[in-house]
Amino acid sequence: MSIWEYANPKLFMQTSGKYLPWFAGLSLITLVAGMIWGYFFTPDAENFGSSVKIIYIHVPSAFVAINAWIMMLITSLVWLIRRHHVSALAAKAAAPIGMTMTLIALFTGAIWGQPMWGTYWAWDPRLTSFLILFLFYLGYIALWEAIDDPDTAADLTSVLCLVGSVFALLSRYAVNFWSQGLHQAASLSVDKEEHVSDVYAWPLWICIIGFVLLFVALVLMRTRTEIRGRRMKALIARERVA
Amino acid sequence: MIAVLIRDMRLAMRAGGGFGLGLAFFLIVVVLVPFGVGPQTALLGKIAPGILWVGALLACLLSLDRIFALDFEDGSLDLLATAPVPLEGVVAMKALAHWLTTGLPLTIAAPFLGVLLNMPQAGYGWLVVTLAVGTPALSFIGTFGAALTVGLKRGGLLLSLLVLPLYVPTLIFGAEALRLGAEGFDNVTPLLMLAGITAGVIALLPFVAAATIRINLR
Repeated sequence: MSIWEYANPKLFMQTSGKYLPWFAGLSLITLVAGMIWGYFFTPDAENFGSSVKIIYIHVPSAFVAINAWIMMLITSLVWLIRRHHVSALAAKAAAPIGMTMTLIALFTGAIWGQPMWGTYWAWDPRLTSFLILFLFYLGYIALWEAIDDPDTAADLTSVLCLVGSVFALLSRYAVNFWSQGLHQAASLSVDKEEHVSDVYAWPLWICIIGFVLLFVALVLMRTRTEIRGRRMKALIARERVA
Repeated sequence: MIAVLIRDMRLAMRAGGGFGLGLAFFLIVVVLVPFGVGPQTALLGKIAPGILWVGALLACLLSLDRIFALDFEDGSLDLLATAPVPLEGVVAMKALAHWLTTGLPLTIAAPFLGVLLNMPQAGYGWLVVTLAVGTPALSFIGTFGAALTVGLKRGGLLLSLLVLPLYVPTLIFGAEALRLGAEGFDNVTPLLMLAGITAGVIALLPFVAAATIRINLR
């Protein structure tokens, strides 16, 4: 059994229907556990006070925001190469979630930045590239909405996603060149030495896992809605003909 | 392909082609800025490089939807797509024609507008150099955006929303090269990056844009 069999919408609906409650439930459990652990059972940081705890939303949402775009890139490629409709619809479903995560990351960052850096917003490379990522999401969603024919829309948005990825990467390096950073370096790492002490790192990892599960659950849910929407359109069209 | 280039140039130059509109827009943007920020020459001189680059970019953006829209409406785009000339070449020529009628005049006019903004002496040469190197990238990226939105009825606003984020790296390196040059610092790195973006965009985007047009004409 290969993964391509899930390109069949019927099989996808069956399987995703079976697993969706698991993803949703697990994400709820991990999020609640991670947040409670993070908010109530970790000490205040030395220089940051309690404000450090926004990290449990800020870092996971930023993580999901970037990886949602990568997922859209992969599903767009799958659509362009193998023309599986489920893949295109999954990319469409992921975009608003990714955009929301980008907004959450920007907002929590601003709330944290006010007391810590003394400003809500700075033209720091990381902040700026996230703002640019937000604009890319916006354009991508707007293009989906603007085109009537679903196949053309899927094709064009996929192309935009590919080209956009290249330019998003370019912008990342351009912005690095253009301004000095205020944002701290990567806080978590799998292979390098951690910048965050273990007390905070464990609940943070749990929150990241929770956000990823939440993302998967939401994408599945929205993809299922899109597929049902397609079926409805087909039914209505058939009724009209009959 | 040369014939396509000449045809597009003629169409753009003749009445109703919108040639000069971009230039006039550029002029107005640059004139409006001092009204907005006040007439202090020191401040204007400091922000002149950025204003001139943003103004040139917006002026470029203004004429993008003309690249394919008219040809799409009267069906000549279908003819061009089925012609024995490769569509990639046609697209590249259309982008080149857009640059010759928008980017090049902007580059030539920019130093005169620099005077209005009290640009530092050292900046004039760099202004022409960075715009000459950077505006082709704006035209080619814009051609891709125009190809994406060619089938849409109200594509104009969407076109700007799609194209502006793609303009970010070009704008950063272009404006940065100009600013460093105008203030007398070493600006080789951003200039090379700008040239790199232009070269890469000219080499690759016509293929993508041609593919997008084929999707839109399907």
